Amino acid sequence: MSVNFGNLFKIALRALSNNKFRGFLTMLGIIIGVASVITMLAIGQGSKRSIQDQISQMGSNMLSIDPGMGMMGGVRQDPSSMQTLKFADYQSIVAQCHFISAATPVVNASGQVIYGAKNAPTSVTGVNPDFLNIRKYSIADGEMFSLQNSKQLDKVCVIGHTVDSTLFSAGENPIGKIIRFKNTPFRVIGVLTEKGYSMGQDQDNIILAPYSTVQKRILAINYLNSIMVSATYESVADSAKQEIVSILRANHHLSDSQDNDFSVRSQKDLITMLSSTSDLMTILLAAIAGISLLVGGIGIMNIMYVSVTERTREIGLRMSIGARGMDILLQFLFEAILLSVTGGVIGVIVGIGASLMVQSLFAWPIFIQWYTVFLSFAVCTATGIFFGWYPARKAANLDPIEAIRYE
Amino acid sequence: MNYLIEVKNLKRYYKVGTETVHALRGVSFSIAAGEFVTIMGSSGSGKTTLLNLLGCLDTATEGDYYLEGISVKEMNKDQRAMLRNRKIGFVFQSYNLLPKTTAIENVELPLVYNPSFSSHERKAKAVEMLENVGLGDRLHHTSAQLSGGQQQRVAIARALINEPAIILTDEATGNLDTRTSYEILSLFQQLHQEQGRTIIFITHNPELASFSSRNIVLKDGKIVHDSLNTNIASAQEMLLQLPKQDD
Ligand SMILES: Nc1ncnc2c1ncn2[C@@H]1O[C@H](COP(=O)(O)OP(=O)(O)OP(=O)(O)O)[C@@H](O)[C@H]1O
Ligand SMILES: [Mg+2]
Repeated sequence: MSVNFGNLFKIALRALSNNKFRGFLTMLGIIIGVASVITMLAIGQGSKRSIQDQISQMGSNMLSIDPGMGMMGGVRQDPSSMQTLKFADYQSIVAQCHFISAATPVVNASGQVIYGAKNAPTSVTGVNPDFLNIRKYSIADGEMFSLQNSKQLDKVCVIGHTVDSTLFSAGENPIGKIIRFKNTPFRVIGVLTEKGYSMGQDQDNIILAPYSTVQKRILAINYLNSIMVSATYESVADSAKQEIVSILRANHHLSDSQDNDFSVRSQKDLITMLSSTSDLMTILLAAIAGISLLVGGIGIMNIMYVSVTERTREIGLRMSIGARGMDILLQFLFEAILLSVTGGVIGVIVGIGASLMVQSLFAWPIFIQWYTVFLSFAVCTATGIFFGWYPARKAANLDPIEAIRYE
Repeated sequence: MNYLIEVKNLKRYYKVGTETVHALRGVSFSIAAGEFVTIMGSSGSGKTTLLNLLGCLDTATEGDYYLEGISVKEMNKDQRAMLRNRKIGFVFQSYNLLPKTTAIENVELPLVYNPSFSSHERKAKAVEMLENVGLGDRLHHTSAQLSGGQQQRVAIARALINEPAIILTDEATGNLDTRTSYEILSLFQQLHQEQGRTIIFITHNPELASFSSRNIVLKDGKIVHDSLNTNIASAQEMLLQLPKQDD
């Protein structure tokens, strides 16, 4: 059996150019389908990438230890289980863990911060100086408080850029000024370097104070909200995590049958968790887009049936002058594939254009993975073959005598 | 003597519902290369049925058909398609040219299904065939830009391009006026006399019998008359005798 693809291509091209507008309308389904698949995936992948970038900006070595068992299937936990982390746990980690380079206890108090007539809703985070290192903050002006300040429960704080600009007028030096939080006066001793937004949160809307001051003077509690540590290297983050788990289990006197009453999450865990939700979103978006591709395919099938019926006499003639069933089948199959692949090419171009437009108009992060483009082509060809098959087979099975007499 | 076509007791029945239509009730004849045979008969006598069998478009219910000594009965669909492509040229009543397609492209069509011809050879041959039927000046006209007679000439050129063993025509002049009919007939006569082509010409019009070398008459699916014609009339002369068209 010999098939000349050059001839097939010419025949298909001619048939389509005889019905340009109809061909275009048929392709429109595929164009919309492919363009939306590409755009949806670009947006989905873009947001996933930007989440990953932001997390690693936060410090990819970071581990956070939280009280409770973590979110287990979304079930709210007993509040008393949220008080399981103590300063002693922090001390044990610092003393016993081999794979960490920095650690800080964390306590959070939220409320209004007031300076003169100005106020702003914010929160004060009680930490150790290591916090800067772990979360990749740095001091722009003034200085960070010390462990000594912590011991003495000093009412000093370091403020983020947003807090600085809401409380203080331009040109006013905040260093040395006294701000009030929940009736407690804090002396500003430093300003943090601007960090911008991460995952929708303003990282500069922050006030840091010695953890002991916040815990004892403001909150009057004896537990910690969390502990943050930095693994020495990213590669030992998992080892550090295991070490911390066993240190804390020993500290909390947990028997083998008891679950952890705390959770240790590395940035990798966080990335996996967030990516899995954004992957799910991507799959959903792509599925919706895939449905429009399906509708496009049905459009092709429909028009191919019309085309076969319209050209029954042509089919009969071709058969009478020696075309085999296979020749006719390939002719119509090729036409369907040409329709879907041309639609696919236009769809890819439109999709890339739309993605770039989304990026520049809405400042959304996008990321076009090239494999999705090739995948679209493959899917289009498959769509053409799948939906072109039945009409083409109908054509190939026509009886030449009846076909050539068809009115 | 080796015949080009040998038909032995050929029968073709159609089942329509519970009834059986006997379109051909057993016909036998042989045709030698170079004959110009007219097959006549009234409507429904089985002419088209016979032509479809001779053209390998259809297979007989009973009986044998040998084309160049090969039994067609034993062939499968694809082999018969190949046989049509290499051995047979069809000319139909309704010219069956592809729409929006030039004369050259219509004529080269049979060679598209013959891989031994390159696209260049196909074009060259199509031009040659069109010149052969007197359409050397209409090469790039599409079907819609040609008169009925010209379209039928294109169809004849298409039937000739594969150098067929036989040319089969079914009411080839049926859609044409008297003058154009004679022109087409004259073209067939020329192909027969000058190039020695074998032609089977089906018509229900008994007046056309005198232009061929042999006449077969069908009636109710049977041959009722089969004779040689020694006194062949010239379609060209008939053309000259027609009253002059007033321009
Ligand atoms: N596909 C078919 N199914 C059933 N009956 C058929 C079929 N084709 C032809 N016939 C019958 O066979 C008989 C012969 O038909 P055929 O077409 O061969 O006649 P014909 O001699 O070509 O007539 P005409 O001069 O009108 O074209 C007719 O009675 C017709 O009704
Ligand atoms: Mg007929």
